[in-house]
Amino acid sequence: MSTVKLTVNGKAVAVDVEDRTLLVHVLRDHLNLTGTHVGCDTSQCGACVVHMDGRAVKSCTMLAGQADGASVTTIEGIAKGDELHPMQAAFRDNHGLQCGYCTPGMIMSAIDIVHRHGGQLDEATVRHELEGNICRCTGYHNIVKAVLDAAGRMKVSQAAE
Amino acid sequence: MYQTTYHRASSVDEAASLFGKASEAKFLAGGQTLLPVMKQRLASPSDVVDLSKIKELIGVEASGDTLTIKAATPHYDVATSDTAKKAIPALAYLASLIGDPAVRYRGTIGGSIANNDPAADYPAALLALGATVKTNKRSIPAQDFFKGLFTTALEDGEIITAVSFPVPAKAGYSKMRHPASRFALTAVFVAQTKSGEVCVAATGASQSGVMRVGAIEAALKANWSPSALDSISIPASGLLADIHGSAEYRANLVKVMAQRAVTAAG
Repeated sequence: MSTVKLTVNGKAVAVDVEDRTLLVHVLRDHLNLTGTHVGCDTSQCGACVVHMDGRAVKSCTMLAGQADGASVTTIEGIAKGDELHPMQAAFRDNHGLQCGYCTPGMIMSAIDIVHRHGGQLDEATVRHELEGNICRCTGYHNIVKAVLDAAGRMKVSQAAE
Repeated sequence: MYQTTYHRASSVDEAASLFGKASEAKFLAGGQTLLPVMKQRLASPSDVVDLSKIKELIGVEASGDTLTIKAATPHYDVATSDTAKKAIPALAYLASLIGDPAVRYRGTIGGSIANNDPAADYPAALLALGATVKTNKRSIPAQDFFKGLFTTALEDGEIITAVSFPVPAKAGYSKMRHPASRFALTAVFVAQTKSGEVCVAATGASQSGVMRVGAIEAALKANWSPSALDSISIPASGLLADIHGSAEYRANLVKVMAQRAVTAAG
């Protein structure tokens, strides 16, 4: 057992877990942040993507201990109160989800994509960059539309800040 | 995953010492291969020694005609490094094709070559560029480092600290990616040294891991052009065959990927 200290969605937390515990299980089972999903459990589907120190990582492929001392943001931590994050709003407005299982990972990856590419995003780039996230409902069309829409909104909201 | 004890090392010496004290330890870098293998219970190290936070193992540096990538540098940092892109653009491009964005944030060059997966990307670059693997004990030329399927010259407890690449005159990489795993169905790295030597390495093709392709090297040395390979035929014996592609298919891919890599190298 080890104590793992993290900042999750801005809040300092400490959990006592077995060393073999994965980050995703700390989030879901110890912190009750069940928005982060386990899909394939083999690093392929991306349903478990969270941000660690600003980078989108697959939380099913990290030991909790590896995240000790890090700042983690999950899908629960991106809205401002009742105001959805621009990426969440764009997914809703563009019907970028059906069953919703992949959506938290999609949104966390998509925010990372926008951060990395800024205003340089086009459809081909979004499709290529989403290669680590699998959706079995939508055929991706509306997800790609949502990411492009959100990229514009995020630029506007950044400019306003 | 079986029980294990996690250690975070803050220096190479501390990592070596932690490894030595454990009964059956494994070094953990990005964990993008080791952790999935442990989750499948195909590996059960008593201890894992995390190298990824050791500052002396992270960074990309160029000096003179050598590009050095420290062992725990994530693929993303190599792919986006101005230093790497300027010195050996084909190498930065290769790093940008590994896995997916989330995997590239975590996976490292040291982890990739220590594992020596027969379809991994970096081994092809090391072999074709004539790189040198630096460890906490010695320097190992790439041609002596890769010893076949998932096997390297590393001794128990030896830690890769960096990889040094001589900057080539020209280099190119072309990869046929498996659409789900992103591993190379077959990929080829071609390089021409500043003294005119040609070296070509293929990954994902051979049953014994990364390999040089002598026939293609000879043809490119005579004529550095994709068309120089038109009449070449790569034998299928010893090549991988699975549901994704027969040995004959991969043999043809070696040639086609080499041609595309030469085109990319210019």
